[in-house]
Amino acid sequence: MPESDRPDLFAIARRVAESARGSEQIEAYVVRGRETDVRVFEADVESLSVSETEGMGVRVVVDGRQGYAWVGSLEADLLDETVEEARDNAEFGEFDEANGLLAPAEVAATHAVDLDLWRDELFAVSTDAKVKIALAVEAATRAADHRVRGLEDATYGDVGVEAAIVNSLGVEAFARRTACSCFAAALAGEHSETQTGYGFSVARSPEELDVDSAARDAADRAVRLLGATQPRSARLPVVLDPMVTASFLAIIGGALNGESILKGRSFFAGRDGQDVAAANVTLIDDPTDARAYGASTFDAEGAPTRRNALIVDGTLRGFLHNRTSGHRAGVGTTGCAIRSGFKSAPGVGARALSLRPGSDDHDAVIASIPDGLYVQSVSGLHSGVNTVSGDFSVGAEGLLIRDGALAGPVREITIASTLPRMLLDIVNVGADLTWLPSNATGMTLLIGEMSMSGR
Amino acid sequence: MIDESVLQRTLHAALRNGGDFAEVFAEDRRVSSARFDDAKVEELVSGRERGAGIRVIRGETTGFAHTADLSEQGLRLAAEAASAAARNGSSRARVVALSGSGAATPTADVLPESVDKARKVALLERADAAARGESGAIRQVSASYSDARRRTLIANSDGLLTGDDQVRTRFFVQCVAVGDSGRQTGTEAPGGARGFELFDDVDPEEVARTAARRAVTMLDARPAPSGKLPVVLKRGAGGVLFHEACGHGLEADLVAKDASVFRGRIGEQVASPLVTLVDDGGRAHEWGAFAVDDEGTPARRNVLIERGVLTDYMWDYLRSRKDGRASSGNGRRETYQHLPMVRMTNTFLTPGEDDPDEIIRQTAHGLYCVALGGGQVNTATGDFVFGITEAYMIENGEVTEPIRAAQLIGNGPETLLRVDALGSDFDTWPGMCGKDGQSVPVSSGQPTLRVSELTIGGTAGA
Repeated sequence: MPESDRPDLFAIARRVAESARGSEQIEAYVVRGRETDVRVFEADVESLSVSETEGMGVRVVVDGRQGYAWVGSLEADLLDETVEEARDNAEFGEFDEANGLLAPAEVAATHAVDLDLWRDELFAVSTDAKVKIALAVEAATRAADHRVRGLEDATYGDVGVEAAIVNSLGVEAFARRTACSCFAAALAGEHSETQTGYGFSVARSPEELDVDSAARDAADRAVRLLGATQPRSARLPVVLDPMVTASFLAIIGGALNGESILKGRSFFAGRDGQDVAAANVTLIDDPTDARAYGASTFDAEGAPTRRNALIVDGTLRGFLHNRTSGHRAGVGTTGCAIRSGFKSAPGVGARALSLRPGSDDHDAVIASIPDGLYVQSVSGLHSGVNTVSGDFSVGAEGLLIRDGALAGPVREITIASTLPRMLLDIVNVGADLTWLPSNATGMTLLIGEMSMSGR
Repeated sequence: MIDESVLQRTLHAALRNGGDFAEVFAEDRRVSSARFDDAKVEELVSGRERGAGIRVIRGETTGFAHTADLSEQGLRLAAEAASAAARNGSSRARVVALSGSGAATPTADVLPESVDKARKVALLERADAAARGESGAIRQVSASYSDARRRTLIANSDGLLTGDDQVRTRFFVQCVAVGDSGRQTGTEAPGGARGFELFDDVDPEEVARTAARRAVTMLDARPAPSGKLPVVLKRGAGGVLFHEACGHGLEADLVAKDASVFRGRIGEQVASPLVTLVDDGGRAHEWGAFAVDDEGTPARRNVLIERGVLTDYMWDYLRSRKDGRASSGNGRRETYQHLPMVRMTNTFLTPGEDDPDEIIRQTAHGLYCVALGGGQVNTATGDFVFGITEAYMIENGEVTEPIRAAQLIGNGPETLLRVDALGSDFDTWPGMCGKDGQSVPVSSGQPTLRVSELTIGGTAGA
């Protein structure tokens, strides 16, 4: 569709917000996403999908009662129906003094940063050129090592998302970003043994993608696991790959959700001001850094984002809040409203977590321990980690560390501890800060001791 | 949703520049949910989406586009976009005649939209009171009700015209218990391909009490062992093990990409002779059930492993067409905005003959799993994990102390061979299954059974 024919997201959001009556507050979140997905297999295009989606989520708050409704369309009659539905839903919500939309005065002191997250060039790149990137990543992965026998996935994808947030108290915000990626999942080994590894590159526009590094990572990570065996159970130091560290930080960020803290659903509840991590641990959430995948000028209810220090030198210093949880906690929003699209009301969460990097690079961290385990990837994060009890137990594969160097590959193991203990057991934070398509960055991280289960 | 003549003209437009196959998948989905948290009704949510996905297959290439605009012009633009996306393939122009009907009967007796919101909310209030009444240690209760009605209409260039009217309802309770040992959670979440009549069989108070008991029990749990032990899985709870250990590996798309340890093993003994594994999308009222899949193939019962011998994989249209066979009714997609792929429906192990209590009595030292929290598999290596959320030690044939949550890890083909006892009971569990970014409702089931050895990822000695 030509740009000029596309509905004006701001105009729609304003019209909906202005329909508030009496003491009613209305927030409209109007979003448009454009996506391309290319999947190739054995030098052929397997599938190509080009799509555009639009939708709106409406939150109505009347006298402390909240209702929500959404629609996957921007047709005027459907928008009106959706507002009516949200109004009706609010009738059934129970009064909560903390319910209410963001007022401009609540965030008047925070300056919105200007972030350059959108590339018009993305939409000028031809579909053929995008297909070529997917084909190139497949070919490069095969060429990277003769032990790569095929790929489970070779893809190119891009997305451009624009969202307008307007509420009847006067908040108006607009955010947009582009992102594109290429991805390879390599299969290595003869048929008697298979190992897998993946690699990717993420950027704001296609010319910034590093196809070769994605391919090399996929091939290397699969090939170096060939010959993996199941080791004996042991308690030992564990070094996390930057991607695993990012997953760990994302979980810690989830436990710092202010709403969970207030409702007693986090192991951090009641620990404010206490030493919760080793003294070398400083954890920051900073969506104002344009290098972060989750960078954003505004949060999901229109508050300007900001840099939030959560753990400083091992001491718990703050939590993440949206308007409602911040109001309930008496501290106000920290600009941490997030939403997983227009189909749900804003929740609370981090966008750009990062540990303050240390001084040792990846090799130096590994060289610092005589024996241990290097964890390349983990599985079952959704089923083996509980941020309420703090229990942590996940499947893992990687390489043993012998005499300060990577040694034999291992598989079919789990690593376990508890989240509070892991934070206190952080011995070394690597210097290799790695930007990832996640709400957290990664780096090599040494945990002093964990239980490895195997034979 | 769409006139037959419009469907025909849309398919024609999709194939105008050539192609071997074209399909229109239209969907109208309405969902509603209500959430009770922190002792009050927090929020009700309603949602609606409607649109069509159009795919064109040309040679090895599938082109796909979708639109929320179901007018003839909106459909034609999407058809042209799908056609352009498929242009890399070889070509063969076609004219389409449709036969069949898109009309479908809903799977529910009581449609969600016919039930007052107040009645849905009342279920949540009952659950909250029951959970808090179960124990003073319960400090937080979150309960939610959700329903979805999903009408589909499918027309393709093979002349097929069909549709479905799927209704699903689910109830969820999570409790947090606090004691000297810290905080623990317990959840319970029954659901079915049914309407509000689900609550004729599901008692919200009982669901809440189960979740509460689970959380309180875990307060006394000791750290899980680390290492290998026999594992007894209570009926229903362990279905997820087979979903991960072999279900995904039997999906024909992964097999075709050489990404499954079960490739090339049809006719071989891949499991203990006790194991007969079935995937059945037509199992009435089951959470993963439907009348026709998202490509228009009627749901059916497929035997995948019979007495330990691998008999078949699961198939969608694309994979079965390449192999010159019929689809098994496993082509599913999350919404009209997604391409279909091979997915499980209701996947279960059929019951055996052992007395479930006797299986425990015959276990000298092991683990008894009552509730599981999902899992993950690498189909290419066969290594899989699943989380236990309620489990106990078995000592000298007796169920003893509860243990804390932990992950179990195993290898699919090895684990299938280690099933050494199979009970005569049976139950299923509903869940959401993710693959390539798409989530669909599935259920898994099994009788009480024992696996002679699995690695338990705890922190204490085995």
